[in-house]
Amino acid sequence: MTAPRPISLTVNGERLKGEALPRMLLVDFLRDVLGKTGTHVGCEHGVCGACTVIVDGMATRSCLMFAVQAQGVEILTVEGLADGEALHPLQKLFSEHRALQCGFCTPGMLMTAIDLVENNNSLSEDDIKIGMSAALCRCTGYEGIIKAVTSYAEQVYDKPARGKENNG
Amino acid sequence: MKPPPLDICTPTAVSEALSLLSEYGTDARLLAGGQSLVPLLNFRLSRPEILIDLNRVAGLSFIKDIGDHLEIGAMTREREIENNDLIGEHAPLLQEATTYIAHLPIRSRGTIGGSLANADPAAEYPAVALALDFVFVAQSVRGERKIKATEFFEDILTTTLQPDEILTKIIVPKIPNNSGTAFVEIARRHGDFALAGAAAQISFKNHHPYEARLSVCGAGPTAIRLLAAEKMILRDGVSQNSIKAAAAAASAAADPMADPHASTSYRRRLIGVVVSRAIAKAAERAGENR
Repeated sequence: MTAPRPISLTVNGERLKGEALPRMLLVDFLRDVLGKTGTHVGCEHGVCGACTVIVDGMATRSCLMFAVQAQGVEILTVEGLADGEALHPLQKLFSEHRALQCGFCTPGMLMTAIDLVENNNSLSEDDIKIGMSAALCRCTGYEGIIKAVTSYAEQVYDKPARGKENNG
Repeated sequence: MKPPPLDICTPTAVSEALSLLSEYGTDARLLAGGQSLVPLLNFRLSRPEILIDLNRVAGLSFIKDIGDHLEIGAMTREREIENNDLIGEHAPLLQEATTYIAHLPIRSRGTIGGSLANADPAAEYPAVALALDFVFVAQSVRGERKIKATEFFEDILTTTLQPDEILTKIIVPKIPNNSGTAFVEIARRHGDFALAGAAAQISFKNHHPYEARLSVCGAGPTAIRLLAAEKMILRDGVSQNSIKAAAAAASAAADPMADPHASTSYRRRLIGVVVSRAIAKAAERAGENR
């Protein structure tokens, strides 16, 4: 009954196949079976956000999804951001704003920010703070992260982010 | 940690899911969004032999406009509810409550049916369900039945759903004209479990409320409908005094549990605070229409 099952999916535009026992979490499948170790395993109960990847266009905790549930889905991981040696604009901004220190949370931060910015039309500073609170960082104190994501939102929307409006 | 050894069935039709559930009974658990269940599995606090994954079952994810109410499929994602225009127009309280559920990546996957059936006393949806008188549609191999919100939540993490039943649909009454709603929550950090949360929907006629719907979460083993507080608002209208009295009634109705985050007396006080804020905000939002 609990033999490994074949899974085929798209990761960063590439069609991939692998096998996983039903109990295997998506994050372990990405790392241990597909070798995509850019996605990190943190708390394993959905709180820290280190394992966040984009599943079918939406940021998702890969520690709260089973590998077998990913049959046929499209996943974007941190490895899919850069174009060869050229960093993704958000990655450049993380570097410019010193938005990381140890880097453990960074893959999850980046994928959370991609969803937050690209699936909205405008974001206030509060929206960005609340949105990014989905991922925890134990080094930076978040200032650099908020600045980097705010700059990215400005680039994407091609205008300054809205001021300190309260969104309720 | 990692989940215990288990098997996962992936039915594609409700009938198939129902027969699997009927076959495996309490050895099986239903897997909806998994945002509460998978942490329990990872902690080994839950050890089902089989998960029946509802994510590929056809026909469980929808939002339909049916005359005086909306029908929402149990597997509709919280994120869909957050962004859906029908919900925004006809059930704004449900939409605002959704924004308080954890964080965006959790709402990407979490479902309305999963949250309601999980019946966490700190969760937002059960409070909204009680305030708005949701009707729950459950199916089993024995047939279909409807359950009123007041008869759905039994105890902490416990509903009156039977072991062979699947919650398939939720019926949500539309908001009347000249109404205002508010969901107010206090948590230590945004996205944390609520220390206290309040839902309010107040409807006005000739500047006086004729219907007040109030409920709280984080206030006991289940969410609570605040019938005494509602009566005060209906009798006295929305004023500083009536809000104060309603808040006191809410605190008295609550039976909060102490935990490392907050004592019983602090939680009781917070319940009064969120209820008074929710009433004031709902009345303010009804605005000119009052």
